[in-house]
Amino acid sequence: VENVRLLDRLSSRRAVVGTLYLTATHVIFVENGSETRKETWVLHSQISSIEKQATTATGCPLLIRCKNFQVIQLVIPQERDCHDVYISLIRLARPVKYEELYCFSFNPKLDKEEREQGWKLVDLNEEYNRMGVPNNYWQISDVNRDYGVCDSYPTEVYVPKSATAHIIVGSSKFRSRRRFPALSYYCKGNNASICRSSQPLSGFSARCLEDEQMLQAIRKANPGSDFIYVVDTRPKLNAMANRAAGKGYENEDNYSNIKFQFIGIENIHVMRNSLQKMLEVCELKSPSMSDFLWGLENSGWLKHIKAIMDAGVFIAKAVAEEGVSVLVHCSDGWDRTAQVCSVASLLLDPYYRTMKGFMVLIEKDWVSFGHKFNHRYGNLDGDPKEISPVIDQFIECVWQLMEQFPCAFEFNERFLIHIQHHIYSCQFGNFLCNSQKERRELKVRERTYSLWAHLWKNRADYLNPLYRSDHSQTQGTLHPQIAPCNFLYKFWSGMYNRFEKGLHPRQSVTDYLMAVKEETQQLEEELEVLQERLANLQKSQSGNNKVKSKQQDQSKQFGLYTSNNSLANTPQEYSNDLKSFPSRSPSQGDEDSALILTQDNLKSSDPDLSANSDQESGVEDLSCRSPSGGGCLPSEDSGKDSDEAVFLAG
Amino acid sequence: MEFAELIKTPRADNVVLHRPFHLAVEGTLCLTGHHLIFSCGTSSPPLEDPVFSGIVLSYFLSCCRFVGSLGTIVIKCKDLRIIQLDIPGMEECLNIASSIEALSTLDSVTLMYPFFYRPMFEVLEDGWSSFLLEQEFELLSSLTNEWRLSCVNKEFSVCPSYPPVVIVPKSVDDEALRKVALFRHGGRFPVLSYYHKKNGMAMLRSSQPLTGTNGRRCKEDEKLINATLRSGRRGFVIDTRPLAVAQQARARGGGFEQEVHYPQWRRIHKHIERFNILQESFIKLVEACNDQSHNMDRWLSKLEASNWLTHIKELLTAACLAAQCIDRESASVLVHGSEGTDSTLQVTSLAQIILDPRCRTIRGFEALVVREWLQAGHPFQQRCAQSAYSNSKQKWEAPVFLLFLECVWQIHRQFPCSFEFNEQFLIMLFEHAYASQFGTFLGNSENERAKLKLPQKTMSLWSWVNRPEELGRFQNPLYEANSLVIWPSVAPQSLQLWEGVFLRWNRPSKFLEEAEEERINIIRYNKELQAKVNALRRQLAEMEVQQEVQEQP
Repeated sequence: VENVRLLDRLSSRRAVVGTLYLTATHVIFVENGSETRKETWVLHSQISSIEKQATTATGCPLLIRCKNFQVIQLVIPQERDCHDVYISLIRLARPVKYEELYCFSFNPKLDKEEREQGWKLVDLNEEYNRMGVPNNYWQISDVNRDYGVCDSYPTEVYVPKSATAHIIVGSSKFRSRRRFPALSYYCKGNNASICRSSQPLSGFSARCLEDEQMLQAIRKANPGSDFIYVVDTRPKLNAMANRAAGKGYENEDNYSNIKFQFIGIENIHVMRNSLQKMLEVCELKSPSMSDFLWGLENSGWLKHIKAIMDAGVFIAKAVAEEGVSVLVHCSDGWDRTAQVCSVASLLLDPYYRTMKGFMVLIEKDWVSFGHKFNHRYGNLDGDPKEISPVIDQFIECVWQLMEQFPCAFEFNERFLIHIQHHIYSCQFGNFLCNSQKERRELKVRERTYSLWAHLWKNRADYLNPLYRSDHSQTQGTLHPQIAPCNFLYKFWSGMYNRFEKGLHPRQSVTDYLMAVKEETQQLEEELEVLQERLANLQKSQSGNNKVKSKQQDQSKQFGLYTSNNSLANTPQEYSNDLKSFPSRSPSQGDEDSALILTQDNLKSSDPDLSANSDQESGVEDLSCRSPSGGGCLPSEDSGKDSDEAVFLAG
Repeated sequence: MEFAELIKTPRADNVVLHRPFHLAVEGTLCLTGHHLIFSCGTSSPPLEDPVFSGIVLSYFLSCCRFVGSLGTIVIKCKDLRIIQLDIPGMEECLNIASSIEALSTLDSVTLMYPFFYRPMFEVLEDGWSSFLLEQEFELLSSLTNEWRLSCVNKEFSVCPSYPPVVIVPKSVDDEALRKVALFRHGGRFPVLSYYHKKNGMAMLRSSQPLTGTNGRRCKEDEKLINATLRSGRRGFVIDTRPLAVAQQARARGGGFEQEVHYPQWRRIHKHIERFNILQESFIKLVEACNDQSHNMDRWLSKLEASNWLTHIKELLTAACLAAQCIDRESASVLVHGSEGTDSTLQVTSLAQIILDPRCRTIRGFEALVVREWLQAGHPFQQRCAQSAYSNSKQKWEAPVFLLFLECVWQIHRQFPCSFEFNEQFLIMLFEHAYASQFGTFLGNSENERAKLKLPQKTMSLWSWVNRPEELGRFQNPLYEANSLVIWPSVAPQSLQLWEGVFLRWNRPSKFLEEAEEERINIIRYNKELQAKVNALRRQLAEMEVQQEVQEQP
């Protein structure tokens, strides 16, 4: 479709005209500008909703909301075209078969071996060995070999040594979806562990001897402690309501030596609505400060994030400080339980705060234990009530921790954002389906590629420059503050307003430091070469081995590295009062618009995944980091990229 | 008056000091005229914070409260810190409490600490004469000859709150200035605040014109501000009051520039809150920050109810607008509110941060504070007396300067590589504006400072800050000169609470400090390597030349 206008949300008068293409996998918008032809790519699987708005004089507006929080507003001149696009997109954005998803057609041009290597990057067996199991207390159980006991669990689970197959099977029959207690994290230092399960089918009075034995076995696997915590992550009211349906929670009288604890994290429906409300706030056009803060409070989002964090802190404290094992569950044990176990693990074990460890953590607590990625993130057309930002919340918890412990994580914010993006993109096979069983049946490993390998290959882009493995912050357990006035939970504009570049700091400290570190590395290398040459020269003072080296030329590159001021520098709509002002000379206007293009060009190379082509998705903007340039030299007023629209906007 | 009269109990033993994020420590408390000194005995556990091990806990006492009969004093400091002292003995406790109360609210300026402080460092440069308007004018004259230095206010007779010298359009003589002064509130006639060398546009500031209800006019005033316009161009008057307030002001003799008399000027009203509302907001915000409850909703609603961030947003928006008029519309701008000593200065100084790269350097920022705040007659002593914890309502108290500093911080956060100074520098200025051993922020105007003979009797803050030993702490390791205009985002998503001030004592700072250290180390190491590599290159080049010479027979 031609002559489509793409509107900019921040300044309504700024729009670009271009051509809209629909392909089997992407929506592509190409600007008409002859020099740059800036492209916007959106994967169909990223589309969350499409809204056709009332036709106006200028055309038919189409609003596309994406799961990575991009909002695209198009105006299509012909109503008929718009309708066609709308119908096609609705169909394309809601595939019914896994085979329709992008990962089955995505081909990064790797051979078979490389692909297999990619899938081997994260190995959970290795991970459990790293934790220190199997050992005297814990063993691997093959009771779920053919998914015979629990079809949403992995085939290999770790259970206490004293838990026989009989106990496991018995316990599984007493748990929702037969998700029996299994090991999530083992603390080598003091034998305390974090186990996970679903709720018991206790109703008002039911008991199960095997289940009680199972919990005993978990306690015994930690000889240092005479009780375990059972943490129910639901609000008490919800858990009680479940009892009426024959489910519920452990009765302290029936289980010996447990301490029972509720932690009120709300269910997926509440979370979905909460995010919805917060996104509405993000989409407000020029909100006042109190609109924004009120909306943020009203959405409850940060409250929920805090609840998850608090639960993680509670468990980490029990394990690290009290040396007590914890059994965590919610209803089915695949949403809140996954959140809480992974936050606790992250706090406890510095390994999970490394890049590789974080991949392992998601693979362990989310992918292998049957977090329903397909349902929660709507990869295939399904029940909209199943959709909920469960892992998004976990990712945000990590970001909040990064804000509080800037040196503790090996990876940076971009890493988190890209993971979030790919959970929805379906470009890689990692997050397909709802369980390991389904993935095996679909032969995901043979037919698709692994995200982890892709991220690992580009790991230089995801490094936190402040991270040093020998830094004190990277050791041991993290102890975050609890009260909001001590630990400021912030709105994460980098995520939820990710595509509104104008809202973000114009200079990135992370990128700057990464550039400096890269340069430092080059300097180190050069220093070595120079010292070598010096030694050679001194040796052969009289000889005539004139080393003609390139270093001299190369040196010019470093001399003065340019700042990465890719400032998207335009005044915003500070006032509506400037409307009637005399316009400026046309020559000035021309100059400005020419510069807009170059600026936009720079911006488009930002980590804007959707704008990347198939093979290079997620590849970072190098111009931003490389010390030898790219970022515009601030020789003149960057404000040159101004556009009149800003002043005239109403 | 002798301080000794106010100190009934100069010393108490076995006092326990409580601070957030620190273990309680026992020690001896001593009270002097200006200091509360807490030193811990050798028996107590070692302190991790060296500041408290026997040194000052001084001069920023805000108010203290006597809690119950337990002999506990809670001291709330002007830098928003709260500490608690358990003192054995009822009488001692009462005595110390009342002494602190009395000593921290001394009436007479000359009894304040700056008059007693004797520096322990060698003064390399006298800060009192570091930033003279004459130097500023010299710089200006190299760019344009449209302006002149006027000494019309030499005796502070024309405008008591102005400095003795001001910069005005060349075409306006002192006689006209005197007439204009009569037409402007408090005599604050329009003077040059900033000259944008890129396009020669000027920013002026003044107070409101005294038009009154009958629309009085002053030809000289019109001539003065028109003198800053290029022929055929127009200018903007940015009034920091909403239109309704400006109209009401006429009833009290004030007013605004009317189109009929100022046809070349367009007026824009931007609402910036006045001081009592700001002070209320400040108090509410600090209360919210001290609420130790774990409830997220409560925190957010308290933050919202304080309106603090709304004020930040409004102020930044007004400053951006002023900058936009100058840089983008190539128009001259006149900024004023009512008196022209508060919101006016916030707007003009922030606009300069946005427009002028020089103001983003340490020296340049200091000059800005001197020029746009101290010399421009912001009544520091009235505004920055008791900070957020005053127990009596202070009529003139208002965090006007703090708001300005926070706005600078917000811009700094968005452009972290464009400022030579760091967050600590801004926090330091906040502290010294409220309580200081230096005389810089004493008095309400240059006039008062001259009468108090501050330059002779006290030390200037700048004499201390600008010593290389101190400057190191305030330098931003990421700084790279950026000659551009920097346009900050004023969207709510882009603005954050200034944790460095408001949560400073309520959050563990260790991790953030470590991060800063790490940043400094990364940059320092890089610079060292650069130096080494350059030195080696030079050495190699020399040797190669030598070799070539040797080779040639």
